[in-house]
Amino acid sequence: MSQPFHIVVCGSIVPDPLQMLEPVTGAAGPALKNEMMLPAVLDPWAAHALFEAAHLAAKHAGSKVWLVSLGPKAKLQQVMLTVAQKVPFELVALDGPASGFCDSLATAQVLADAVAGIPALNRDRLLLFGGWESASRGAGSTMQIVAERLGISEQFQGVDQLTVREDGSMEILERVEGGRHLVSVCSAPPAAFGWATGHLPEPRNNPQVGMTNMKTIMPALQRAKASAVAADGLRFAAVNVPKLQRQTRVVKDMPPEEIARELVAWIREK
Amino acid sequence: MPVAASEKQKDDLQALPGDEVRQVMWRFAGRYDLQMLVQSAREVARGPVARLVAQGARADHGWTPAKNELLKAYDESGITGVFMDPEQGGFIEGPKNLALALVAFELAWVDAGAATGSLAGCLALAPIHERGTAEQQQTYLSRCAPAQPGEARLPWRGAFCLTEPIPYVGVDTGQLGGKVRIVDWPEGGEPVLQVEKRGRFITNMGFANFVTAAVESDDPRIKGTLMVILEEGDPGTFDRGTPTRKLVHQLSSTCDPVFNLRVPASRIIGGYDVRDGVIVPHYNHSEVIEAVFRRTRVTVGIMTSAKLLSAVEPVIRYQRSRFRGGAATGPGSPRYDLGLQMKEDVVHRLVDVWATGEASASLGFEAARLFDRLDPMERLRDRVLAERGVGGGMAALRARKQINKDALAFLCGERPELADDVVVQTALLDSIANVLCPACKLWNTGVGSRMMREAVSLMGGYGITEDCPGFLGYKWMDSQLEATYEGPEAVQRRQLGVTMTDDLFLMQFRGWIRELRRVANDHPGTGACALATAMQMWMWTLEHLRESKDADGAALYHSSRQGVTFALADALCWLLASRAQIQDVLELARMGPENPALADGLPGLVSFLTDLCHVQSAHAAGEVGRICAELVFGYNRHPRWGEQDCAACYSATELEAWESLIPGIDGAARGLTDVVENDGSHQQKAGPCARYEGLEPFQRMRTRMDGCLTGSRLAKDRAADALTTVMIPEAADYPR
Repeated sequence: MSQPFHIVVCGSIVPDPLQMLEPVTGAAGPALKNEMMLPAVLDPWAAHALFEAAHLAAKHAGSKVWLVSLGPKAKLQQVMLTVAQKVPFELVALDGPASGFCDSLATAQVLADAVAGIPALNRDRLLLFGGWESASRGAGSTMQIVAERLGISEQFQGVDQLTVREDGSMEILERVEGGRHLVSVCSAPPAAFGWATGHLPEPRNNPQVGMTNMKTIMPALQRAKASAVAADGLRFAAVNVPKLQRQTRVVKDMPPEEIARELVAWIREK
Repeated sequence: MPVAASEKQKDDLQALPGDEVRQVMWRFAGRYDLQMLVQSAREVARGPVARLVAQGARADHGWTPAKNELLKAYDESGITGVFMDPEQGGFIEGPKNLALALVAFELAWVDAGAATGSLAGCLALAPIHERGTAEQQQTYLSRCAPAQPGEARLPWRGAFCLTEPIPYVGVDTGQLGGKVRIVDWPEGGEPVLQVEKRGRFITNMGFANFVTAAVESDDPRIKGTLMVILEEGDPGTFDRGTPTRKLVHQLSSTCDPVFNLRVPASRIIGGYDVRDGVIVPHYNHSEVIEAVFRRTRVTVGIMTSAKLLSAVEPVIRYQRSRFRGGAATGPGSPRYDLGLQMKEDVVHRLVDVWATGEASASLGFEAARLFDRLDPMERLRDRVLAERGVGGGMAALRARKQINKDALAFLCGERPELADDVVVQTALLDSIANVLCPACKLWNTGVGSRMMREAVSLMGGYGITEDCPGFLGYKWMDSQLEATYEGPEAVQRRQLGVTMTDDLFLMQFRGWIRELRRVANDHPGTGACALATAMQMWMWTLEHLRESKDADGAALYHSSRQGVTFALADALCWLLASRAQIQDVLELARMGPENPALADGLPGLVSFLTDLCHVQSAHAAGEVGRICAELVFGYNRHPRWGEQDCAACYSATELEAWESLIPGIDGAARGLTDVVENDGSHQQKAGPCARYEGLEPFQRMRTRMDGCLTGSRLAKDRAADALTTVMIPEAADYPR
């Protein structure tokens, strides 16, 4: 018989990627222009992790999902109106910055403290989920540090699939070069998973699920403690928007080997 | 990297109003159930609905499998269940008018046909919801609720069938052609009815499982008219008919059905009594549809508002990028960055579109909220009146007279204790609802449709292509249907012609004028002063017309004199919309600071929206001035160059004689009044100038109102300027 999991997903909000994202220098360092006014969404990588968590929890009776989210309370509330309709979870809200310009070490410290403080959490059954990447910043280190702070040594990054086997061990597919996966087996929780995209589609909004979730989300938002994210010693030398570059050349009947050679040469140049 | 906004820039419009802004303005910031509904409906609208439109599904007026998939999306997203209470399978507690309005807004932002299709199911249920028996309500609302997880059931769909008389599309509710008679009445048992009905332009008919139909008795054993529920499994003919070849709203199913069915009398909506062997329905069809339409029409008005507001972003994007494909236009040049927005005209016209959209949305949501307040009060009032033993007929009329008298006394401050009297308070609210509902339907769709044409024109030739971002061309065409269905403009004007003269409404209207003066004092940039003066002018004109006769001695304010009543109804709508807009912006200014997410951009946003209020109030004042002046002066006959009309003219002979006594009078008189020369000739014009005896107050008001427009064009300039700098998303967010 399968044992229940306690799955904690760390994920915050990012500006809707369709918006005009223009870096500016504010009083507290780099920021995005009008960031607070832009519509926000749950970071897509974290969202994949949340959907995978809910899917896993649904298959293992008694499992529970928490979403630990650090961001400005008012923006978190807006995003939760959509996210809460997707899957069942309990929110742990932390009122603080969600900017891509926050230090990953300091952010991880705040998140780890919040996870450790979840009252009913069974850390022996803990699966720590999060995004391998982030739409606001690809530091790639936050989830690793959170796990380390929580004493979780079994860590997997770029995860596309997690299968719980009959004996309770977990088979994990991690992305590696060339579109292939590294297959690992983890005997039991606790373990940490930085999700890539997974395989699940985004669930449709279901207001019935939303109404149930919001009964705990609204109090969680009201309880959200102000969480300062330290920025000691952090200095940004430059901030740039990724540049679009398009160089088109029309060539007919080029052999595949020649195309490959050109691509390799181009990559080496970069 | 540029430096973040300076203090000055913070007073500028930084981004388009987002959800947090609308939640405050339209008063659902404290309702997370509605906020979730908005997100849910938006996902359907900008996802499957938008994809269908982009794929060309509107080119087919039939109900295709792809369109049918939308029903599933409505069910899963909660759109279908929005009409039901939680115990019936819904998820929203309490009245649903604002909820339905928000769904309509979100769907119509992309395609109003989808909005119509989703709401038509609610329209079918509305007669049952408003007037059905408890059993009917439980049965049909539960059947129509989407299946819960683990339930293997398809929800029922309904259609509402009123069309009469055949063969035309539309309805004169007073002339029913559908018939009902008794075919079997077992001793002590339930009568069986034979119902014959044909419909035109019946929405949802392509897939409806049941129909709520209006019919008239064709049997002396049934009294009057009634509404009845027909099911597809009933014995007889349930023919869905041919799809209507409509040009618009193609994402809703519309057919011309034929029914000839046997149904038990228990399907009569609201139930019936048997008196002296005659079936007497508890409600005739007019009583049922009156309760239904006064609510559902608001959502139709909101659809056109959504379209206007949805046009802003694509038009700005088009204007700015208009010249970017040109070889001679490089980044950094004004032509590249601003495109068409270098020209004042295009941004001014977009300001007009946006201001109209804001005003119409404000009016629509105000009406929806008002019905949410009214719904529980009406039920309580009915209970109280029943306890007081007030029945129908003459007793009800007498009671109503007394209630109105009490309500007027309360408004005059004579009976403050009536503040807690639900009967009186309902009467007061009802008198406003009776005006706001037709006003919203009439103005939002009528003026909205004209402004939608303006939005399309701002996209140039692109506007009338299928590829136009925001589907603006489709939206323009669709708005013509919104102005027509659920009671065309003439019906709304007729209703307004009656309800706007209700003493309770007029007394409250006078209070609004005083309130607007206070607003103008505290927030001078809103245009509230111009609006208050225009409202005064409208009041004066109404009173004048109700007491005046035309040049032939015929009464001016009369139900058959639609040249007067309809025009005055139109004028009133402009005022109500502008007032609602100002109230919403004041609410944002008051409550916005409570939301930290709004802190950065709030001053700029409020300042911009205030300018839009000013622009709109000037438009409203202008319209009211024009209409009132036409009505006040237009029914007097212009004087002619004849003996009678020239009695007040000077003759040249007279002036020559007086010149010797009062030097200069000849010249002065010729500048001030009409003079007939010795040979009978006169100035080349229609006749002696008209005189205004008794109309001087109107003239003074008109002059004052013109002066009140001071600053409105400066506001328009500021708003137009803001449109050239406001940040918009990089790309449209639909189709997703």
